[in-house]
Amino acid sequence: MTVLVIAEHDHHTLAEVTRRAVTAATALDGDVHVLVLGQDCAPAAQQAAALSGVAKVLVCDAPLYAHPLAESMARAVLARAGEYTALVAAASSQGKDLMPRVAAGLDVSQVSDITAIEAPDTFQRPIYAGNVLARVVCEEAIKVLTVRPTAFAPAADGGQAEVVAIPAGEDPGLSRHVDATMTRSERPDLGSARVVVSGGRGVGDEGGFALLAEVADALHAALGASRAAVDAGYMPNDCQVGQTGKVVAPELYIAAGISGAIQHWAGMKDSRVIVAINRDEEAPLMQVADYALVADLNQALPALRDGLKALAEKGA
Amino acid sequence: MKVLVPVKRVVDYNVRVRPRPDGTGVDTAHAKMSMNPFDEIAMEEAMRLKEGGVVDEVVAVSIGSGDCQDTLRSALAFGADRALLLESDTTDFEPVVISRILAAVVAEEAPDLVIMGKQAIDDDCNQTAQMLAGRLGWGQGTFACRLEVQDGEARVTREVDGGTRTVALSLPAVVSTDLRLNEPRYLKLPNIMKAKKKPLDRRAVAELGVDLTARTRVVAVTAPPERGPGVRVASVEELLDRLKNEAQVI
Repeated sequence: MTVLVIAEHDHHTLAEVTRRAVTAATALDGDVHVLVLGQDCAPAAQQAAALSGVAKVLVCDAPLYAHPLAESMARAVLARAGEYTALVAAASSQGKDLMPRVAAGLDVSQVSDITAIEAPDTFQRPIYAGNVLARVVCEEAIKVLTVRPTAFAPAADGGQAEVVAIPAGEDPGLSRHVDATMTRSERPDLGSARVVVSGGRGVGDEGGFALLAEVADALHAALGASRAAVDAGYMPNDCQVGQTGKVVAPELYIAAGISGAIQHWAGMKDSRVIVAINRDEEAPLMQVADYALVADLNQALPALRDGLKALAEKGA
Repeated sequence: MKVLVPVKRVVDYNVRVRPRPDGTGVDTAHAKMSMNPFDEIAMEEAMRLKEGGVVDEVVAVSIGSGDCQDTLRSALAFGADRALLLESDTTDFEPVVISRILAAVVAEEAPDLVIMGKQAIDDDCNQTAQMLAGRLGWGQGTFACRLEVQDGEARVTREVDGGTRTVALSLPAVVSTDLRLNEPRYLKLPNIMKAKKKPLDRRAVAELGVDLTARTRVVAVTAPPERGPGVRVASVEELLDRLKNEAQVI
């Protein structure tokens, strides 16, 4: 069997989530090809070709793919789909947007957000906000899968796949890119950070979040947020951790002022070590955290920041 | 302009479900059921378009058992003009099957816009809107946090990893809603009473002549591994000490 991974990139750099999708694809027991749709995307294609386990990279370099529009991309994937037994993408916002459209074009079921591959046709995926794990058997001739990135390690470099240019498809003329507003940050990417520091309603206001950011910087951590903090405008949407936001599984997750609703828990419960800091000792997250500290954040956050800085100086 | 809003009846978002001990499924027999929260946002958005004079008819549709009538009555209380229940004993169709059924409904109803939730909080699939759009050959605006309809176009600002993207879709199109698109209204008693008199058509799914088979199935469900009990720490100093020396993560 041959598996096609649909790459995600910003034309220059292959996304970390695609490296993880490649790892999942190699576990499906077959040759792995990667499809790179973009404009001036040769660097991303080269990075895909250098991944261990990738046999071939198909590149379609055209203005039509300057922006990731599902309508155009799905058509390009469907044009090649017949050559493959599985089509795989990361369960990122791009993969979630694209793959069901591809599956519909093939009139097959999709298995979303898989967290384990038990056999080439048997997968595990969380349902009900991660409160239940489902074992799913997919008997479609072409399997369409999205992969939860945090459940698979990124593929290492070390491959030397051939890169083949393929022609662009036609513009379906259904959608047009208007603009994009991306959050710029010097901090590590939330989805792949080793440490995540997250704030909720209890952090208070923007001043509280500035303090939280200082704690994150002292740990070289990514900043996350609960839905309440995003809704209050303290943090941008793409920082939201949870069932409907990002799913993270860092080595260390520090939740400050987050009560821990089911929906938030779904996004971080697979972290290795969970710390909860909250004034309310009855908060659900305080019951399940590995380390729970009952404290006022106005005092705890500066103390944490200073303590971390002192530790760093001692280590240096 | 006409809008179709598919709504799903799911276990209420506050209920913590558990797998049955034999692993055959999830115990939902006595759980509180509600309209999927993302579908409420879709209903709210459809109503705002109607109140803004852009839309003149809103049709809600649900697929499943007779109990889905409750969900459709809620949609009517939001302000939908009429509702359609496609009845079936099966309540957990795969999204691909739902997309076939909805495509048949779209063929009959000919809406200009379909607005629906980005995912159901039970199966967490996040597929149906994209599948419907693909099947119909329509544009899709998924994970919408802002929607404007004008000059035969839907302008959709989408929540994506790293920020937002705005696309313009020619109509007809499918839009799926994210949490921040709007704040759904509270359903007032007079509207709930009025909803009881609004038309709710019931038809058997089988009448549509759609292929209801899927080649993907859930064969077992289990509870995720439990985390061990944690410890209370007394101070920031103790926390840092334990993170460094016990957990060795800093």
